[in-house]
Amino acid sequence: MNVLVCVKRVPQTGGRIVLTADGQDIDTKFLGFTISPHEECGVEEAVRIVEAGGGSSAVLTLGPAAAEDQLRDAMALGIERAILLETDGTEWDPVSTAAAITAAIRDQEAAHGAFDLVLFGNESADSGGFQVGIRVAVALVRPVVSGIKGLTIGSGSVTARREAVGGGWETYELPLPAVVGVKEGLNLPRYPSVPGRLRAKKKEIERIPVGAATSGPAAASGTPIGPSKVVLRLPQEQRSEAEILGRGAEAAPAVVDLLERIGVTGR
Amino acid sequence: MSGPVVVYVELAGGEADRVSLETLAFARVLAVALDADVEALLIGGDAAAVGAGLGPQGVTTAHVVTGADLAGTFAPGGWGAALAALATARGASAVVGPGTDRGSEVVAHAAARLGLPLAANVLAATPGDPWRLTRQRWAGSLLEDATLEAPIRLLTMAPHAVAIEERSGAPAATVVPFAPQISAGDLVVRVTGREAPAAGSIALGDAKVVIGGGRGVGSAAAFAELEELAGLLGGAVGGSRVVTSLGWRPHSDQIGQTGLRIAPDIYIACGISGAIQHIVGCKSAKRILAINSDAESPIMSVADYAVIGDLHAVVPAISAELRRRQG
Repeated sequence: MNVLVCVKRVPQTGGRIVLTADGQDIDTKFLGFTISPHEECGVEEAVRIVEAGGGSSAVLTLGPAAAEDQLRDAMALGIERAILLETDGTEWDPVSTAAAITAAIRDQEAAHGAFDLVLFGNESADSGGFQVGIRVAVALVRPVVSGIKGLTIGSGSVTARREAVGGGWETYELPLPAVVGVKEGLNLPRYPSVPGRLRAKKKEIERIPVGAATSGPAAASGTPIGPSKVVLRLPQEQRSEAEILGRGAEAAPAVVDLLERIGVTGR
Repeated sequence: MSGPVVVYVELAGGEADRVSLETLAFARVLAVALDADVEALLIGGDAAAVGAGLGPQGVTTAHVVTGADLAGTFAPGGWGAALAALATARGASAVVGPGTDRGSEVVAHAAARLGLPLAANVLAATPGDPWRLTRQRWAGSLLEDATLEAPIRLLTMAPHAVAIEERSGAPAATVVPFAPQISAGDLVVRVTGREAPAAGSIALGDAKVVIGGGRGVGSAAAFAELEELAGLLGGAVGGSRVVTSLGWRPHSDQIGQTGLRIAPDIYIACGISGAIQHIVGCKSAKRILAINSDAESPIMSVADYAVIGDLHAVVPAISAELRRRQG
């Protein structure tokens, strides 16, 4: 199996979001970056599939030059090669992103052979468009399903499992080649080993400059792109001081008083 | 008069799901601004009966797909293709769907097939040239004001952003069968099997009391203290992303942006710092009680009540006090 996993570099937000003065971005001066959580599981799954059944694995991202870090993180876990669609650092909308990734997959397949499986995160942690993987699959005319938390590789097909509306699970069978949008919970990603990190540091990354979305393949073909960000802002919060019920174990009676008052103690 | 606002309405248990009803309320506001009708697309065995009943929600025409080929089981590509076909056939001004798992998937398939942009998890939209809208990022921790320019504007509606509206005395919606030509390729991916939910335990999503544990719990074994308290209160135990990433709890117990969104009567957050990823999942709780040794941790800014102290002392003391009072 040849597996491609597509990832996105996103800030590690922690406790609160601070915006830049122009409201165009999250202020990342004091933040690290990571692979979007669903996609971390996509990376792990790609590594496991190749470990179990042979084949090759690749990771692709569209992002700024610094997204190289996330590609190396993926290679440290065992992904063999990496492709960076290097932007000018401006934000790309979902239509433009999907068109650039589709074009890159076609080029990669022409050079290295077809991908049997392409994995995407169900949605990115930051912009949350819920659509790039589906757009790529439709453009490549491949079957696709989203929200997947379980994958079983068969011969010529993959069985995908996701949580059903109202509880339980539902399963889908996809003939290969296929595209799958995965969710965190698919697996428990491993931690990178030191030798893995060292190996990843030395690997070549294939860099393909793509510039800005307005000069990308979608815009060039005349397709409407978007939505287009105007400005970011923080939601209004109704902040209230927490009422301190006490300190340490001595607070227990006050806590139980509260639980009784709201009627959750069965008394 | 502009082309209609077409709403994809999801069916759940023989009725329209809640977020779809919210989406209809949102669509009606859009339709007034556009001087347009609201029309609905429903797919499935109950589509006609549910569709006819959407008059009070402002639907004039309910387009229903009932044939087993397409409506038999959920087929994301096929249903998206049907939505795209209806939008084109009706000359829709806009297509709106609920921002649920399925709704997001179906509308994205429609957008991909139409070759048009899609704005996900929208909170507000103002028609114009271009359309202006506000949408959620980071699962609602951040808002984006954006513009959308397309012949048909495709949106999904952020769940629980607007209230459901019903107008009494409204005429029933006209039910029209819709039988689009769907290619075999669009029907390849569909639900082919189901597994029933595990019986017995109280589901985290339904529990009235949820006890959450974070890094401060310290180990998988130490969750026993939280389990004991949950048992006494008939509640359920969940955790932050840290504890599921460390393998202390299964991922299905995760409360947060990449896990469950809960809305219990009270959420007791133990040793949880309050990362945005987690807050998104628990902010709909009626009350939040934080038990944390750090009075300055971010969880305190969303908590209604707090106990400052080591959860390993506080949680067992609460259990003991409950036992004492229960005799």
